[in-house]
Amino acid sequence: MKARAQSLTAQYLRPKLTHPGPRGNQGPGGQTPAHQRNTGWVEKRKPHPLTAVSSPASPFYAGPSLHGSCFSHALYATELTCTSRAIDGNRNCFAAGTEIAFLRLPFLVHGDNDGEREHQKLLEAISSLDGKNRQKLAERSEASLKVSEFNVSSEGSGEKLVLADLLEPVKTTSSLATVKKQLNRVKSKKTVELPLNKEEIERIHREVAFNKTAKVLSKWDPVVLKNRQAEQLVFPLEKEEPAIAPIEHVLSGWKARTPLEQEIFNLLHKNKQPVADPLLTPVEKASLQAMSLEEAKMRRAELQRARALQSYYEAKARREKKIKSKKYHKVVKKGKAKKALKEFEQLRKVNPAAALEELEKIEKARMMERMSLKHQNSGKWAKSKAIMAKYDLEARQAMQEQLAKNKELTQKLQVASEIEEEEGGTEEKVEELLVPDVVNEVQMNADGPNPWMLRSCTSDTKEAATQEDPEQLPEPEAHEVSENSSSQEVLSELRVLSQKLKENDQSRKQKASSEGTVPQVQREEPAPEEEAPLLLQRPERVQTLEELEELGKEECFQNKELSRPVLEGQQSERTPNNRPDAPKKKKKEQMIDLQNLLTTQSPSVKSLAVPTIEELEDEEERNQRQMIKEAFAGDDVIRDFLKEKREAVEASKPKDVDLTLPGWGEWGGVGLKPSAKKRRRFLIKAPEGPPRKDKNLPNVIINEKRNIHTAAHQVRVLPYPFTHHWQFERTIQTPIGSTWNTQRAFQKLTTPKVITKPGHIIKPIKAEDVGYRSSSRSDLSVIQRNPKRITTRHKKQLKKSSVD
Amino acid sequence: MGEMETAPKPGRDVPPKKDKLQTKRKAQDPFPGPAPVPVEVVQKFCRIDKSRKLPRSKAKTRSRLEVAEAEEEETSIKAARSELLLAEEPGFLEGEDGEDTAKICQADIVEAVDIASAAKHFDLNLRQFGPYRLNYSRTGRHLAFGGRRGHVAALDWVTKKLMCEINVMEAVRDIRFLHSEALLAVAQNRWLHIYDNQGIELHCIRRCDRVTRLEFLPFHFLLATASETGFLTYLDVSVGKIVAALNARAGRLDVMSQNPYNAVIHLGHSNGTVSLWSPAMKEPLAKILCHRGGVRAVAVDSTGTYMATSGLDHQLKIFDLRGTYQPLSTRTLPHGAGHLAFSQRGLLVAGMGDVVNIWAGQGKGSPPSLEQPYLTHRLSGPVHGLQFCPFEDVLGVGHSGGVTSMLVPGAGEPNFDGLESNPYRSRKQRQEWEVKALLEKVPAELICLDPRALAEVDVISLEQGKKERIERLGYDPQGYDPEAKAPFQPKPKQKGRSSTASLVKRKRKVMDEEHRDKVRQSLQQQQQQQQQKEAKAKSTGARPSALDRFVR
Repeated sequence: MKARAQSLTAQYLRPKLTHPGPRGNQGPGGQTPAHQRNTGWVEKRKPHPLTAVSSPASPFYAGPSLHGSCFSHALYATELTCTSRAIDGNRNCFAAGTEIAFLRLPFLVHGDNDGEREHQKLLEAISSLDGKNRQKLAERSEASLKVSEFNVSSEGSGEKLVLADLLEPVKTTSSLATVKKQLNRVKSKKTVELPLNKEEIERIHREVAFNKTAKVLSKWDPVVLKNRQAEQLVFPLEKEEPAIAPIEHVLSGWKARTPLEQEIFNLLHKNKQPVADPLLTPVEKASLQAMSLEEAKMRRAELQRARALQSYYEAKARREKKIKSKKYHKVVKKGKAKKALKEFEQLRKVNPAAALEELEKIEKARMMERMSLKHQNSGKWAKSKAIMAKYDLEARQAMQEQLAKNKELTQKLQVASEIEEEEGGTEEKVEELLVPDVVNEVQMNADGPNPWMLRSCTSDTKEAATQEDPEQLPEPEAHEVSENSSSQEVLSELRVLSQKLKENDQSRKQKASSEGTVPQVQREEPAPEEEAPLLLQRPERVQTLEELEELGKEECFQNKELSRPVLEGQQSERTPNNRPDAPKKKKKEQMIDLQNLLTTQSPSVKSLAVPTIEELEDEEERNQRQMIKEAFAGDDVIRDFLKEKREAVEASKPKDVDLTLPGWGEWGGVGLKPSAKKRRRFLIKAPEGPPRKDKNLPNVIINEKRNIHTAAHQVRVLPYPFTHHWQFERTIQTPIGSTWNTQRAFQKLTTPKVITKPGHIIKPIKAEDVGYRSSSRSDLSVIQRNPKRITTRHKKQLKKSSVD
Repeated sequence: MGEMETAPKPGRDVPPKKDKLQTKRKAQDPFPGPAPVPVEVVQKFCRIDKSRKLPRSKAKTRSRLEVAEAEEEETSIKAARSELLLAEEPGFLEGEDGEDTAKICQADIVEAVDIASAAKHFDLNLRQFGPYRLNYSRTGRHLAFGGRRGHVAALDWVTKKLMCEINVMEAVRDIRFLHSEALLAVAQNRWLHIYDNQGIELHCIRRCDRVTRLEFLPFHFLLATASETGFLTYLDVSVGKIVAALNARAGRLDVMSQNPYNAVIHLGHSNGTVSLWSPAMKEPLAKILCHRGGVRAVAVDSTGTYMATSGLDHQLKIFDLRGTYQPLSTRTLPHGAGHLAFSQRGLLVAGMGDVVNIWAGQGKGSPPSLEQPYLTHRLSGPVHGLQFCPFEDVLGVGHSGGVTSMLVPGAGEPNFDGLESNPYRSRKQRQEWEVKALLEKVPAELICLDPRALAEVDVISLEQGKKERIERLGYDPQGYDPEAKAPFQPKPKQKGRSSTASLVKRKRKVMDEEHRDKVRQSLQQQQQQQQQKEAKAKSTGARPSALDRFVR
């Protein structure tokens, strides 16, 4: 019995939940009689006089057979007038209905209380027979561990009840959908947050208000800034435009009188020229009216859009047309190469000179390749590939390709020719034609001689010619070689050359290893005694060790013979330490020797041009000098002066402060002196002042005292934007008085910052002025200078004429 | 000859957007825009020293500086442009090939020049009243001279119209015009007297007694007098007050001249020094040892750049006054020069006995070269006073035989400033000028060695003010020191908890906390350093050896 009752409540409350309650405990009978059940949970009807539910047709009266639909009705009732307490046990309170129908839910109390309960029921039933006591509420009972009189708890189920759960098992009917919706709405309404406290609200208000006003005020910024920076402001800003009526208006007052005038007028009017008031001719007016501005704008915009779209599409199509696959490019490249080869072959047959040029082009490409790092696997791409190369075969291949390309491009032509030669002697003739010119002759083209090529040539030839004069210049040699090579045994020589080339490479490597010993020699090589044209030549690079030694010997000789003076010169130039020393000494001498300064022999005027002056003879002069010396023997002017200067220097030096207290901390008395240690300790040394101006001027004493009278006239506080006195000084360096300036400059320098016209009202700037974006004030005034400044009379006239 | 780019470039002489018809119709200006101005002339008027690099400045400051520089450039260009109005050219004397100009005598010059100029050479034969001192007025129109034996006269020397002639019945030591030709200061045996152009004695200034030399500073309205008693006295003639009486402490003063550039008075002393004086300072601004013997004469050129001195050691020296005070050139003269004077264009005249020697330089602003005299002239008696006449190629020499006006081509400035000193001005103009000049009078205390120093900021007071303010506030309000921060200021609390004691306590607390922070930081640093040291020690000496104990 107990178990069943539990399940029932569960069914009622949350039908779909897998109920913790033991369903299996249901009695073997399975179905209890409907009547019993009904009485089991709808214990008592509690009609309220006001509710709709409490009508006699209410489903609560329905018999046990109707219990299935009873749920829905009950829920309907809840929707209308239920309390949350009755439904999910939470404290959420729906204030949906004003009336409350109390559902008396049938809850069976635990087994012990069964008897009690029944007894109670009985009592109630009996008491209910009595009509007075009908209103009394029955005790609430609930299938829960904790029974409380105040709320419905779902503790027994262990989980909370959700409102939606109650609905789920029920078939979704149309009527329910609306209910659901409404419920959802109710649920979605969140609780309103607590209002902020007053201060916070006010703060927010202030902030918003500040931002708003700041934004509003910021539109004045440019104007204010401009006015601040303006050299001069003339108030009132708005300039009164002198009312000058247009000529038409003036003319309108005038009438044609004489017949001639009338005739002319007639003519003019026939042509509809704007003689009088109408500013526009009828034709112009018509043209203006033809299309309204908006229409025109729209049409223009449309056209523009169409054009833009078209151009986009075109661009896109063009781009897409260009895009081709990698493979395609490869094929194309190959095709091109083949074609070029074919053409070249043809050219060789037809026009050998052109072919040569073609070959030169190839040579140039080789040069470029050697110069650049294009295929050296050093680029970004190559580096990334290098990382991948370990794992990726393709990447490896790509790198290999690059390297191969580099090799191919940098390969010398004659090597190729060698190969060709090896392949077959069929093309020997062609070779004769081609190779010698290109390879061995020094290129004297428009490109200019390539020094590297040149050098390698010469070095080659040197070795080939075996001990020619080493001092010979490279160019003649080269010519010789070319002459030689122009002879028939070109090919054999070529072979020799290629061998030499290889050797050369090796020797170069050697040289690189031995370079540690070399540099002195190399550095000295461009001898400074050479003349300019020779200097222009590049220093020959020493190729072999033997040459090096030779060079060294030569250098020795040269050093002995020639470079001595040069070296001396260099020393004197390169030792800047010595240089300043000498003048310093000189300076010192100059500075210190005051005696010298005053007793220097000065040229005496022997020959004064006036013939009447007796020229003193040397002896006489000497005598006189002697006399002067004797006369001034007593007063040593210089010593006195130096003494005076010393005193002045001493006087101007900042004094040390002696804070020793004699007798403090030791014996005092007459004749006792504080110890040296103490004196040292309490002596505050004055900071060294700046160096005197006359420090290096022995014959001058410059007063270093501050001139307070002058200082009173100097600026002693820096004005606002300046942070250093140098800055400010720069702005006051230029005199503004009329004594130092021309009249115009003076007027300009002293223009008042603000000019106000007497008798004019200075109105504040208007917002329209601000709306105008231009920066100069004159523009502002232009804007104000509207054509509205026509007198009323003219306006009237205008109107009249337009009506006419 | 570089030229300023003031005009639009010749490449774009046609304005880009204009009515074509108009340009067609108009004849094109072959030299559009304003005329170019030579850079050197403009440079002459530029005063901002751009060589000095300024510290980094804010945008606002920078804009101000830019404005100042633009203004300077504009005004200097305008001034340079106005140089065009100085149409007159200075005179000159050129000898033929190999001819020495010094051998050309006055008679030859007078013969060569026009009559008007020839009339400027004259001799006043006044043997009776002994050697004469003379002075030209600032406009160069009037000449005053006073003889040792009391003869004082003033005349318009161009027209030779005598203004007054009196005998003061006393020895006349020096004579000088004041700001205009209407007033005349005469240093007589005992006192200083002031006469007007009628010869009426206006003042007798007894505070200036036994005056030997007079100098008038026209822009300051100061009459500087050097006396036998060793005092240099400045008398403000506009108010009649003695501005300063400075004791030179160098005995009798009888050598004096003024520096026209900065109104500093140069005094020559018997111990061979020349001292520079300003009424603002009790001590000389500078002292220069010039000669072994006493100084006989001093003169400063009109640009204030060069000073010529002659001493008892018979030497004539030219010193550079631009800070170094070193002799530029020296020359020994047979008798030594007793009187020296510079002309407006930098000619130097020396009077030696009865001979006058004139040296010329390479134009204005260059020192005269003492190699070869430009002109010489012999007078009828020993020279006693010398002065070049302003705006005229005339040298006035006062000697024992009277007064001589001799022609020295190229001595005077050819262009005069009509507003400043107009030789042709009327009496009315003179009166107006007088009022203006008085209004623009420069205070006496502004006299200093470098007049441009007035356009500098008084750095010492500035620094001191800054320091004081920082001390007063306890921090730097202008952010000169970015690390300094405002000191903690406890906020007032309510309900009587804001007593002075509690405020102090709270302050104390914060201060202590800061102090503790500092100490903590320094401790941490010390520890770190120690750790580093230890780590180093560890790393170096892996194993302690027995000898470590001896390591200090």
